[in-house]
Amino acid sequence: MRFLLPLVIFAALCGFLWKGLSLTDKTLASTLIGQSAPAFQLNTVEDPNRWVSEDIFRGKITLLNVWASWCHSCQKEHEVWMTVVKPADIALVGLNYHDTREEAGRWLQSHGNPYRLNILDERGRLGMDYGVTGTPETFVIDKNGVIRYRHVGPVDREVWDKKLFPLVEALQKS
Amino acid sequence: MVPEIGEFCLIVAFCLAVVQSTLPLAGLYRKKDHWIAMARPLALGQCFFITLSFVLLVICFLQNDFSVAYVARNSNSSLPIFYQVSAVWGGHEGSLLLWTLLFSGWVMMVTLCSRHLPMHFLARVLIILGWISCGFLLFLLATSSPFQRYLPDYPLDGRDLNPLLQDFGLIVHPPVLYMGYVGFAIPFAFALSVLWGNENDLPWAKWMRPWVLVAFGFLTVGIALGSWWAYYELGWGGWWFWDPVENASFMPWLVGIALIHSLMMSDKRQMFQGWSLLLAILTFALSLLGAFLVRSGILTSVHAFANDPTRGIFLLEFLGVVVGGSFGLYARRGKRFSMPLRLEWCSRETVILLSTVFLAVSTATVLLGTLFPLFYEVCTGQKLSVGFPYFNSVFIPLMLPVLLLIPIGPIITWGQNQGKELIQKVQWIGVLSVVLGAVIPWVFTRALSVSVALGVSLGIWIMLGTLKTAYQKSRQRGGVFKLSKGALGMIFAHLGMAVSIIGITIVSHYQIERDVVMKPGQSLEIAGEEIGFEKMQRTEGENYLGYQGHFGVSVAGKKIAELTPEKRVYVVQGQRLTETAIDPGFWRDIYISLGESLGEESWSVRLYYKPLVRWIWLGALMMAMGGLIAAWGRRTKGGN
Repeated sequence: MRFLLPLVIFAALCGFLWKGLSLTDKTLASTLIGQSAPAFQLNTVEDPNRWVSEDIFRGKITLLNVWASWCHSCQKEHEVWMTVVKPADIALVGLNYHDTREEAGRWLQSHGNPYRLNILDERGRLGMDYGVTGTPETFVIDKNGVIRYRHVGPVDREVWDKKLFPLVEALQKS
Repeated sequence: MVPEIGEFCLIVAFCLAVVQSTLPLAGLYRKKDHWIAMARPLALGQCFFITLSFVLLVICFLQNDFSVAYVARNSNSSLPIFYQVSAVWGGHEGSLLLWTLLFSGWVMMVTLCSRHLPMHFLARVLIILGWISCGFLLFLLATSSPFQRYLPDYPLDGRDLNPLLQDFGLIVHPPVLYMGYVGFAIPFAFALSVLWGNENDLPWAKWMRPWVLVAFGFLTVGIALGSWWAYYELGWGGWWFWDPVENASFMPWLVGIALIHSLMMSDKRQMFQGWSLLLAILTFALSLLGAFLVRSGILTSVHAFANDPTRGIFLLEFLGVVVGGSFGLYARRGKRFSMPLRLEWCSRETVILLSTVFLAVSTATVLLGTLFPLFYEVCTGQKLSVGFPYFNSVFIPLMLPVLLLIPIGPIITWGQNQGKELIQKVQWIGVLSVVLGAVIPWVFTRALSVSVALGVSLGIWIMLGTLKTAYQKSRQRGGVFKLSKGALGMIFAHLGMAVSIIGITIVSHYQIERDVVMKPGQSLEIAGEEIGFEKMQRTEGENYLGYQGHFGVSVAGKKIAELTPEKRVYVVQGQRLTETAIDPGFWRDIYISLGESLGEESWSVRLYYKPLVRWIWLGALMMAMGGLIAAWGRRTKGGN
C-alpha cells in the first residue's frame, strides 16, 4: 500500500492541475465583465497634446480595439472595421499597444483610420490593466463605461455578424 | 526554404524517436539482439537531426527572416548579433527546441559513455528516453513549432527581443538551467529500467551517480545565474523571490541533493534502494512539473510564457503519462527494492536518511506553497498569493536540521552506534561555532540577534566540521592532493553550502536600503562609504536611448569606484528599463538604481548596501564544482 502512495498523491495533484487549467481560461474572460473600465490618463496617437481618460466611454456604446502596427492579424481585422463601423452607430476606439506614435501614425495613414481616436499605450500599462494577452483583442463597453464583452483574437465578418453586432444592438435598445 | 528544412528535421527526429521507443522494445520481447542494438544509432541520429534543426533556427534569426512568426516576435534587425543568437531561446517555442536539443545531447552522452552497461539494461534506458523524446518532439511539432511562417504579407521588421532579456545573463541562464532539468531524465530512465527489469543485483546506483552529480552541477549553476540575473537586472536588489518559476527549479534541486546522498547509501551499503529509485523518479517528475507550470500559464509569474490552453493540456497529459506511469511501476515493483531497515540510531546511515527525509519534506512544503494559490482558487474561486512569510516560516525551520547534519555525515562512521565518540569528535567544533557565530556579528554591528547568530553559527559549524574531515582524510591518504575525487567533491560542496548560508544570513539581516531624491553635486553616506551624485548624461545605444547618471563611491575621501546607472527606452517596443549599477566586492556590494526624473535635475535614486551578497553565488558555484569533481571521480572509477 505504501508503494501506491506516490501514485495516489500524484493523481490528486493532476486532478487539481486539470481543474486549474480550465479555470485560467474562464477567469481571463470573466474578471472584467460587468466592471467599470479601468482608469487611465494617456494621450492619443493622433495628437500628443490631447489627454484622454476612461470618461470617453460614457454616453455611447464603444468598441475598444487593442491593436499595434507590428501585429499581422490586426491588418486582416482592420479591413473588417473599415466596412462595418460607419453604418453601425458605435464609437470604435483604438488602444494602440506596445507601439510608437510614429509607427502607429504611419500605419493608420497607409491603411485608413476607422477609429474615433487611438489611445497611445507605449508601455503596455493600460493593456495590462485590461488583461490583454495579445493583439488584437476587442472589448465592448456600454454607455455607462462598463465592460460587457471581451473578444480575444481578430474580429472577422462572422464574429461581427453573429456576436458583436447583435450585442451592440441589444445594448442600444436597453 | 530554411524554416521548412528545420521543421522537416524535427519530423525526421520524431520518426526516429518513435522507432527508438518501439523497435528495441519488440526486440526485447522477441529476443532479437540486432533490433535491440538499433537503439544506439537511432538515438545518435535523432540528436543529429535535432541539432540541425536548431542550427537552422539560428540561421533564420541571423538572416532576419521575419517571414517566420517566431523570429518576427522575438528579434529585430537592429538587435546586436549575439542577442540575435540568444533571442533563439527568448520565447516559448525556441526555448522548447533548446530544451529538446539539450535532452538529445544527454541521450547522446548516455549512448556514448555507457557501452560497459549490460545490453538489456541500456536498451531499456534508451527505450524510455525514446518515449520522453517522442513527447517533447510531438509537443514541439503539434503546439509550438518555431518555424511557422507569417504568410503572405509578413512584417518588414521584427518586434524585438524583450529588453529585460537583452543581457548576458539570459544568454547563458536558460541553457545551463535546462541542462540541469533535462539531465535528471537520465537517472529517471535508469531508475525505470531497474524497476522494469526487476534486477536488484545490478550495481545500478553506481551507474546512476555520475549522471545525477553532473545534472545537479548544471542545475545549481543555472539557479545561481538566474538569481544573479534577477539581482542586477530587475532593479529591486533582491536575489530570490519565491516566485513559482524559481520554486520550479528549486524543487528538483532539493530532491536532487537527497538523491545524491541516498544513492551513495545504495551504492556503498546496498541500502535504501527503494527510496533512491523513488527520489530519482521524483526529481525528474518535479522538473517536468516545473516545465508545465512555466509553459501552461497556470500560475502567474514574472517569468511565465504566454498563455495557451492547448499547450497546458498537452503538457499535463504528458506529465500524467510519464510520471503516473512511473509511479505505477514503482507501486508494482517497489516492494522488491525495499529491505527491512536495520539502523543503528547514531550511524552515518541514520544521519543520511534523516537529512534526505528532511529535504523531501521541505520540498513538499515548497510545492505546497507554490500550488496553494491554485488549490485555493479551485476550491473557493478566490485569488490569493503565498509569499515570503510562508516560505520563511516553514521552509527555513525544516532546513535547519539538514544544515546541522551536513558536517556530521562525513565525520560519523558507517554501521556502528557511536554516539559518545561522535560527541567527542565534534564538541569543540560545536562550541567554537556557537561562540564565533555570536561574536563575529557583534564585533561588526554591536548588536545581537538570535537569527543572525543561528545562521552564522551553522555556517561556521559546517565549515569547521568539513575542514576537520578534510584534514583527517588527507592525513590518512598522505596529502591533500591524494584525496579521492569523491571526497574532494564532497568537501567543496559542503563548504559551498556554508558560504551560501553565511551570505544569505548576513545580507538578509544587514542590508541597507535608501530611497532618496538627489541632485547632481549632492552626496550621502551609507555604511561608512560616501556616495556622490556627479552628473547626468544622455546616452544612446544600438537600439535604445536613455539617461546615464554618474555616481562616485569614496571611502575616507578616496574615490574607489564610479557607478553609472541608466534609464533606457528601447526604441522598437517602447519599453522602459532600469539598468542598475553595482560596485561589486567580496565583502559588500553598492547597488544604485535610477528612479524617475522629478524635474529641475533632481532624480529619485535607490541605493543599497549589500554585505556578503556575493557569497551566495560563490557558494553555489562551489557546490556545483563539488558535484562535477565527484562526477569526474565516479567516471574514472567506472572505467576501471
